[in-house]
Amino acid sequence: MLKTFLIGLKDVRLAFRDRAALIFMLAAPFVLTLGLGLVTGRFSGNGGSGLSDIPVVIVNLDDGQIGQALVDTFQSADLADLVEPTLGSDPEAARRFIDEDKAAAAIIIPAGFTRSIIPQQSDYTATGSAPEAVQIEVYANPQRPTSAGVIKAIVDEFLSRVEEGRLGGEVSILQMLASGRITAQQAEAAGTAMGQRLQDQPASDTLAIQINSSTQGDEAVQFDALAYIAPGMALMFLMYTVSYGGRSILAERSQGTLPRLLVSPTSSAQILGGKVFGIFLTGVAQMLILIVASSLIFQLKWGDSLGVLILVLAAVFAATGWGMLITATARTTAQVANTGSAVMLIFGALGGSFISLEQMPLPVQMISKITPNAWALDGFTTLGLGGTLIDLVQPIAALLIMGTVLFAVSVVLFGKKDLAQK
Amino acid sequence: MTHILEVKDLVKHYGDFQAVKGVSFGIAEGEIFSLLGPNGAGKTTTISMLSTLYTPTSGDATIDGHSVTKAPMAVRGVIGVVPQDLALYEDLTARENLVFWGQMYGLSGKALAARVDEVLSQIGLTDKAGNRVKTYSGGMKRRVNIGVGLLHKPKLLFMDEPTVGIDPQSRRAILDTVKDLNKQGMTVLYTTHYMEEAEELSDRVGIIDHGELIAIGTQKELTRQVGESETLVLHVGENDDSEALASALGGVAGVIKAEATDHEVSVICPEAEDVLAGVVTKANERGIKIRSIDIREPNLEAVFLHLTGRALRD
Repeated sequence: MLKTFLIGLKDVRLAFRDRAALIFMLAAPFVLTLGLGLVTGRFSGNGGSGLSDIPVVIVNLDDGQIGQALVDTFQSADLADLVEPTLGSDPEAARRFIDEDKAAAAIIIPAGFTRSIIPQQSDYTATGSAPEAVQIEVYANPQRPTSAGVIKAIVDEFLSRVEEGRLGGEVSILQMLASGRITAQQAEAAGTAMGQRLQDQPASDTLAIQINSSTQGDEAVQFDALAYIAPGMALMFLMYTVSYGGRSILAERSQGTLPRLLVSPTSSAQILGGKVFGIFLTGVAQMLILIVASSLIFQLKWGDSLGVLILVLAAVFAATGWGMLITATARTTAQVANTGSAVMLIFGALGGSFISLEQMPLPVQMISKITPNAWALDGFTTLGLGGTLIDLVQPIAALLIMGTVLFAVSVVLFGKKDLAQK
Repeated sequence: MTHILEVKDLVKHYGDFQAVKGVSFGIAEGEIFSLLGPNGAGKTTTISMLSTLYTPTSGDATIDGHSVTKAPMAVRGVIGVVPQDLALYEDLTARENLVFWGQMYGLSGKALAARVDEVLSQIGLTDKAGNRVKTYSGGMKRRVNIGVGLLHKPKLLFMDEPTVGIDPQSRRAILDTVKDLNKQGMTVLYTTHYMEEAEELSDRVGIIDHGELIAIGTQKELTRQVGESETLVLHVGENDDSEALASALGGVAGVIKAEATDHEVSVICPEAEDVLAGVVTKANERGIKIRSIDIREPNLEAVFLHLTGRALRD
């Protein structure tokens, strides 16, 4: 185990001393991120996210004012460029609309939503219990995870404000009752009045959720265009790193260090394990350097730190699997380099590094699932929209399964190779 | 005498090609044993099997009591290998290389640091230990390549043509290093196609050709095989037919054997002075101008020529 670790560390050191490799591993993704950031206007402060006119269906079955306030929010001028709401009346029809990929999400506001938040005297049961809460349903389109994520984030932010207001109102009423400023009979009227002010607030205020806006407060959930571009570029050049690492296995064979390792008291499994570990470590180091650098230099918020770390580990694991497969099927370092470059570009394009996957035809979106880029980018987008580790179960599971399968195939193929032969 | 290495009928086939054809020999502890033969003779393949890199097609060898086929890991712990080609990480410094390879041989901590310092001193690179290997001359790289093989103080050191392609000064340093190591008690198996190196270093020599060990013994024992003969080497012009001259010289009285190689004709005879006049006359008759003549005492070159009918060269 120690030797495996030492071989891996040695490979990381060698990779970071190779100037040509550093250009591809760090400089290229950084410069491309910078370039695309400039193109999208990210650095001039008035750029878009690349997301606009997200189609969303809203079915408002609530007869109260909070449901209407949510509809008004989506129809507000603030969100006019971002979302394109359509009002519906049938929840099933709205869901079908999403199933047919005609919109990014459907928002179904159930009947009695307002009264579940601000119950009235008549809503209390005989035992004095408050009426059962009803929930808004956001029916997301899995083919458009980013857009659906934006819609969900808007709804979450709206509800968060409503909940803050409700709790504030409840506490205020209780305080006023306790101090004798109002009577129990006046409490309902006071609550209704507060509710009215609460409902007015979201519509009158600028909504916290904005795309690429620097005018919002700290608590605002922001989706930065760079939060899509930077991981896209990092993931694309991660494929370079893993093929570079794979190439080093064959390079060590031709430069004689692999045979030399094989005649030391080090097993083949330790050596191969060390090489794989080296590729993995190099990939993780590359990703973390890019993440830290873009955070410091571009003030890019990648999201939940633990989520970012686990997602990076899973993405590099899957990418390393691809690197091993490429190496196991190649005979020479040149073959690995050529195949690796081709895979890097194809996976970059398929995985959404250049164009958002949502803008691609469905078959391409399906094919993209074979790339670590697509799954990891999905995860990074979720984190950029305020998601946490718990929201990354699907992409992380997919990346781990992908890596495991690729490793298994690679080990079988490596077993048929004679590593000792130059 | 205890044999640290015992080789029995070692065979290696690559498809239909037989690289090593049943080689058997032993090396005593503390000995320098040279495998002498031209390129392609099977020296590297033999060392590769003995160092457990290649699995023999048949046969076996024991090193310090461990079978190379049945206990390769145990064998690897007692041998050191200096491969023919440089096997170093050129983007690491000499010290980093030595530390890494020392770790692969199980060294760590202070013992590793001390041993790395010792080896750097031994190969004369203490001052340049912090420079990356890629900045070194060919000779310096060769010395690091040797140093790696010495780190764990192996009982048996395999050195596969360690002086190929380097300057005379570095070559001299390497030969001196081998002698020093041997004085310290290290057993060395040295392969070369340079007769002079085998003569200078070896306690015993095995001559290998076309995968077969065709002679083995001390230099004296081997040269005895060609008798007390001397070798007359005639250097002829580029356009002269050395083959025809060699053929004609075979008939000169006192000549045992004559072989042509490039622009030279080697004539083996009991006394060079006795045949010299006849040889020159024969060359004149053929219209071949002799540019110079060397008279050589019996040596391994003559032995190889005697045994194979060919000169010991590429």
